[in-house]
Amino acid sequence: MSGTKTPRLPLEGVRIADFTWAWAGPYATELLAFLGAEVIKIESSHRPDHARIRSLTLGLSTKGLDKSPVFNDLNLNKMSLALDLRKPEAIDIARKLVAVSDVVTENYRPGVMDKLGLGYDVLKEIKSDIVMLSSSALGSEGPESGYAGFAPTFAALGGAAHLTGYPDKRPVPLMGSSDLRSASTSAFAILVALYHRACTGEGQYIDLSSTETIAINLSDSLMDYIMNKRVAVRKGNRDDILAPHNVYPCKNDRWVSIVIATQDEWSLFCEALGSPSWAEDERFSDAYRRWCNQEDLDRLIGEWTINFTHYEAMELLQKAGVAAVAALQGVELYSDPHLKERNVSVDVVHPNIGRRVTLGPPWKFSATPARVKHCGPLLGEHAEYVLGELLGMSKEEIAALREEGVLS
Amino acid sequence: MSGIDSTQVLFETEEIYKMSKAALAGLKVLEYAQFVSGPYCTKLLADLGAEVIKIEPPLVGDAARRREPFLDDIPHPERSGFFLFLNTSKLGITLDPDTATGREIFLKLVEDCDILIEDNPPLLMKGRGFDYESLSKINPRLIMTSITPFGQYGPYRDYKAYHLNSYHGSGVARVLSSILPKETPIPTKGPGFLGDMDAGLSAATATMAALYGRLFTGEGQHIDISKQEALMALERVEIGMYGNEGETKFSTVFMQQMVGGLQRCKDGYVLITLGGDHHWEGLLHLLGDPEWAREEKFQGELGKYKYAQEINKHISEWIKDHTKEELYHRCQSLNCPIGMVTTVADLAASKQLESRGFFGKVEHPVMGEVSCPTSPYRFSETPHRFHHPAPMLGEHNEEIFVDRLGYSKEDLMRMRGAGII
Repeated sequence: MSGTKTPRLPLEGVRIADFTWAWAGPYATELLAFLGAEVIKIESSHRPDHARIRSLTLGLSTKGLDKSPVFNDLNLNKMSLALDLRKPEAIDIARKLVAVSDVVTENYRPGVMDKLGLGYDVLKEIKSDIVMLSSSALGSEGPESGYAGFAPTFAALGGAAHLTGYPDKRPVPLMGSSDLRSASTSAFAILVALYHRACTGEGQYIDLSSTETIAINLSDSLMDYIMNKRVAVRKGNRDDILAPHNVYPCKNDRWVSIVIATQDEWSLFCEALGSPSWAEDERFSDAYRRWCNQEDLDRLIGEWTINFTHYEAMELLQKAGVAAVAALQGVELYSDPHLKERNVSVDVVHPNIGRRVTLGPPWKFSATPARVKHCGPLLGEHAEYVLGELLGMSKEEIAALREEGVLS
Repeated sequence: MSGIDSTQVLFETEEIYKMSKAALAGLKVLEYAQFVSGPYCTKLLADLGAEVIKIEPPLVGDAARRREPFLDDIPHPERSGFFLFLNTSKLGITLDPDTATGREIFLKLVEDCDILIEDNPPLLMKGRGFDYESLSKINPRLIMTSITPFGQYGPYRDYKAYHLNSYHGSGVARVLSSILPKETPIPTKGPGFLGDMDAGLSAATATMAALYGRLFTGEGQHIDISKQEALMALERVEIGMYGNEGETKFSTVFMQQMVGGLQRCKDGYVLITLGGDHHWEGLLHLLGDPEWAREEKFQGELGKYKYAQEINKHISEWIKDHTKEELYHRCQSLNCPIGMVTTVADLAASKQLESRGFFGKVEHPVMGEVSCPTSPYRFSETPHRFHHPAPMLGEHNEEIFVDRLGYSKEDLMRMRGAGII
């Protein structure tokens, strides 16, 4: 780092022993690392984080463990310690690391940490105020606690897949976002526990269900079922009350979203369109009629929007006071003037895969800007720091552990 | 207003003990926000013990009060289930900060709180003198979190956007449609108010981080949450691929080549995701160790990716005659991660969710006892709980204005008459 003084980040001084892998665990600790926490990832070549080898997004990689852009994107700012947890010496080191840490995170199947001798009861003995979070597909207790899953499984089990897409088509299981929702929830829960610990000196165990992190977002539909026994169905981009409420085709296979919520907005919208004759049609004269006749209405609006680019449609309608936003896609997110001005993406250099653009933290702090400091770690890259500096081992001890295959 | 004090409804002796074990006890939060994102953010804090004072516009209240679902489909500002969910454990007051007296009261409340969560247009806040610069002068320790569609600066700052708009502005829907063209030929939003909920959670996370940092610095700060960016963050890997690899390479992979994936069964759908050969073995067990699976070309992970279409035909053929419950439980017991596509009815009937207490009870003065989703986390020492039901409109006006700020009951009447509260 250069000599420029950077403000103290909120989680400076917080150390996290991170036993998680895949997406849902690692993104949680990445968020905390953006906030200044020191995150030490415990992994091994015998059981590598599978984001290092394969992903649903990119398929299977055969390039080796230290070249995955997916892994890099989910493990920024972290360090890595390779430990073969099948070996008792490795467990011993893991415990020593926990003794000098504030937080432990893991997303093995429920029960695995206990079997390794790294369960909460053991770790609490080692570090009485430790905050430990376990995240799993369905939680560590209950009849389905042993069940496993990945992001699409959570979207399916959490009810989001059923409600995404169109009534006459298949449900849509979202994407990696289901894992990252679980992760975002974990990060929040850990911060709450850290705050409580700072105020009271008390640590605790947090058990998180990824399925529930998805289900909680459907609370409007869940309440409708609880109160009225109505079972929600997927309905594309439409709303139960408002119309127009959809995306409309523009030039170059692009789309613009338009929502009209009030009669005033409807008038402004019609004016912006140059008051076409159909706008006077009595089928569209109030919100209820617009909703009932939205198939026709959507088609007519689409015949207008198709003459513009999605950006032109957005600007024209926003000027008129109508909620219209371009449906951005892919590379556009990097050239969009708004996102550019807000520095939403940043560059990070990785020794094996070179310069990558990546998204920065999703918050802007006025005093303590969270940030991307460095790329994701190579497997085992920080053994010397963790074992030497943190745990006080000598070079010879570390070399011996390496020799015995404990650090692999 | 009815004379019922809802704060008394839930508390029994044992509950009072639990109360003191709330993680955020003693924290004072002011909510100047409506509908989903802001209220969800403060609800997360309130259920964990923070005292949240919710400011609602006089007479009409929060927009979520007018949004279905209503209990028994009877529309009423105190019967919205979504409003109930989004506002549990809060105190509610009515206040119009645009009036001179309302403004004075608002500033008093700001002076006395740790956290202000707001979702108003940036220009409007500035115009009222409620921008962070002004508010931090009266409370330097203030953590102010602003949640808006496009954030506090940038060319789209003042653009109008509802949930659908900010959802599509984030690009996450387009990630889906380019990868699953058969299911979603056009960009399609996720369920309900998903993106607004995401922004609320993101705001709560940033707020907690600032609060933790404040323990060491004593300084407040302003946090700028853009709904667009909160959602983008959740597809950071896919969006990163676009930034580095461009459009074409990326959109040709994924689910078409996935072994299993979404499969139609007898009464719905299941989703099969294989994380390695051990999961594949489990799946084959479920299918009764079929002959076709022994073919040389299907062996190894690469072989499976290559012949996914062919494998999936075999799988579909078997799966179509079985129910989702049966497939889910049997396959999981064989160590293969399969999920069933659940409806809200399935969720409400889930033994797993029930055993974890995912649905809790709220005793509401108008609705009576209502079941309501709790949270996805279980804290061992500081459990999540509903400290109150959602407040009725202006329910805590007297408690806040008279007991705390020292106005008389007669003042209250006059302020009500003047449309201030």
